[in-house]
Amino acid sequence: MTKYLAAEIGDTAELLADDPIWLVLIKVVGIFAFLVVMTLFMINWERKVVARMQHRPGPNRVGPNGWLQSLADGLKLAFKEDIRPVLADKWVYFLAPVISCIPAFLAFSVIPIAGKVSIFGEETALQLVDLPVGVLVVLACSSIGVYGIVLAGWSSGSPYPLLAALRSAAQVISYEIAMGLSIVAVIMFTGSMSTGDIVGAQASTILGFAPAWFGLLLFPSFAIYVVAMVGETNRAPFDLPEAESELVGGFHTEYSSLKFALFFLAEYVNMVTVSALATTLFLGGYHAPWTGDFLNTGWWGLLWFILKTLAFLFLFIWLRGTLPRLRYDQFMKLGWKVLVPTSLVWIMAVAVIRTGAIQQLSTAQRLIALGVVVGLVLLVSFLLPDKKVADTKGVPLAGSGFPVPPLDLAVPKAAPKRKVKVANIPADDTAKAVTTGKEAE
Amino acid sequence: MSLLVNLLAQQPEPVQRVVDEVTTGEAVAFWVLGPLALAGALGMLFARNAVHSALWLVVTMLSLGVLYMVQQAPFLGFVQIIVYTGAIMMLFLFVLMMVGRDSSDSVVEVIRGQRLAAALLGIGFAVLMVGSVARALTSVEPAGLAEANATNGGNVGNIGQEIFTDYLFPFELTSALLITAALGAMILAFVGRDGKPARKTQKELVEERFQDGTRVGSIPGPGVFATANSVATPALLPDGSVAEESLFDVIEATDRSVLTDDVAEVAGTGDQPDSRALKGSES
Repeated sequence: MTKYLAAEIGDTAELLADDPIWLVLIKVVGIFAFLVVMTLFMINWERKVVARMQHRPGPNRVGPNGWLQSLADGLKLAFKEDIRPVLADKWVYFLAPVISCIPAFLAFSVIPIAGKVSIFGEETALQLVDLPVGVLVVLACSSIGVYGIVLAGWSSGSPYPLLAALRSAAQVISYEIAMGLSIVAVIMFTGSMSTGDIVGAQASTILGFAPAWFGLLLFPSFAIYVVAMVGETNRAPFDLPEAESELVGGFHTEYSSLKFALFFLAEYVNMVTVSALATTLFLGGYHAPWTGDFLNTGWWGLLWFILKTLAFLFLFIWLRGTLPRLRYDQFMKLGWKVLVPTSLVWIMAVAVIRTGAIQQLSTAQRLIALGVVVGLVLLVSFLLPDKKVADTKGVPLAGSGFPVPPLDLAVPKAAPKRKVKVANIPADDTAKAVTTGKEAE
Repeated sequence: MSLLVNLLAQQPEPVQRVVDEVTTGEAVAFWVLGPLALAGALGMLFARNAVHSALWLVVTMLSLGVLYMVQQAPFLGFVQIIVYTGAIMMLFLFVLMMVGRDSSDSVVEVIRGQRLAAALLGIGFAVLMVGSVARALTSVEPAGLAEANATNGGNVGNIGQEIFTDYLFPFELTSALLITAALGAMILAFVGRDGKPARKTQKELVEERFQDGTRVGSIPGPGVFATANSVATPALLPDGSVAEESLFDVIEATDRSVLTDDVAEVAGTGDQPDSRALKGSES
């Protein structure tokens, strides 16, 4: 319980330590294949779900029920002509898709996919590596990955991608802070940054029945992480770097062929990775929602892991299908004025609670501490200035915010009837048949 | 902060040499990453384009980060990557803010004595660096990795304690420096509207628009199809009076006599085309 940041090697790391090289290779290929297949699946799934939300069929031509559509699209993309704009910065333009793609795959290596399994008689955990700083690997990879977007936008030599690159840089700098802070609370509870240990710490139950997932225990962190992960992956409603209605295609406007495909791949792999990290950190990773061995050992972990990850991926699609894109300043406001301060306050609270738990305080001491906290909150709330009363000189605004006439408005007299202007008509007018509204009056 | 992390990171290095043997893997990693880091540093110095300079710096920083990981400081390695990618991103933004996209070095000296000052400060910094490295190599007794990790549950805990106790002041000082740099860049890059009044906010604009009593909605269309199919028909207000705005000025101003032929044609009373003719009437 009173474990500080762990120096000792976790169980998973021990299991992984004696992996023979062929097993490592199998895992590497397996992870790569998993991510690529997930990408192909995700694109199709997204199109189908969004189509269903919009009452249209979606892709249904290629393959059984249209499920091979994205594979066909990928093959087509590979054979397209590769165009490099004249104004582009040659090397950076070439490197950008690679930079955005490699870290996306790399980050998945620390994700625990299942617990202890046996592959060809070799006991191992379904995870490539379990570093003592596993969570930081994902953060580092995402911060490198964004270079791909920024450099792509800069090197394209065209204004819209450049704007997208600037947006993306600001977006990632702001949302990575929120993401990192939301992870801090989990690390404080676990006492370790290793993903294997974090999943291990969520194996028990709280209150006798609910799983001890950090998503329940540390719900504010979970909520902030989920918002930040959508911002981090440039997905709707935070897809400002590729806002079609404002920036053509955003950072990849000038890209075509395989380079464009790489950006696409990186985006979807990133989505899978952040979803998998959310599963690992907050939803108990590969554990079933109950304790005990029933459907909860060995390869069953793979099922739970994939189900939880798919739930997050569905959330991504759902958000895209329902929410309009945020305006840029609203987006920044959300990040800096809501997510980051909330995270900081919440981390303070978690630190205090943890210290209380570790120090074995007596009930009286806990009550005093609680009283001090409540007193501080009250003090702050009294010291905060009241909301400014809107000046009454302006247009009176009703509750709805629309300008409406005041309630005591004197109804003006009806306007005098307009005298109908009739042009001088010669006496022998033959056009009696023509009637107008004016004459009807 | 990053500088401090760097300095802290260098402590385990002599430990490796003194206590442990350098493994083959570590040696290989060093001989691969060392030249890369050096190339990055040189590239940063000699690249003409400011953004390319920043990118070369990324190579150096990533190489250093991996070197830390090889020397059993994975936390430091990844923090190096996270912090420096963010830092260089800021640098990148500074460049774009200050000099624009097509940024290349200008050889014109704009500040008097700039080179002299730069040379002096550079030499001073080099002396400081050499002094501290020399001291670290000679007079500091390395404690050893195992001993350093014995307290506070390991590497990470120790770094945290050092930063927030003994090195708190330099740590805060560094962050103040970074904030100053960011603010300075913003002020330098900000294109002010000198002398012009501040721009109104959207809310102010909306209220202003409603304040002066002008019509906000669209002007009513003519009363076509209400009682007639002529655009000359005025729209009626709810109390039955004519909505002035719905009247078409041109029609109102036109004398009726000018329209006699048109009126006759619409009414079907004028010259009618011959029903057997192939063309319409000549007139």
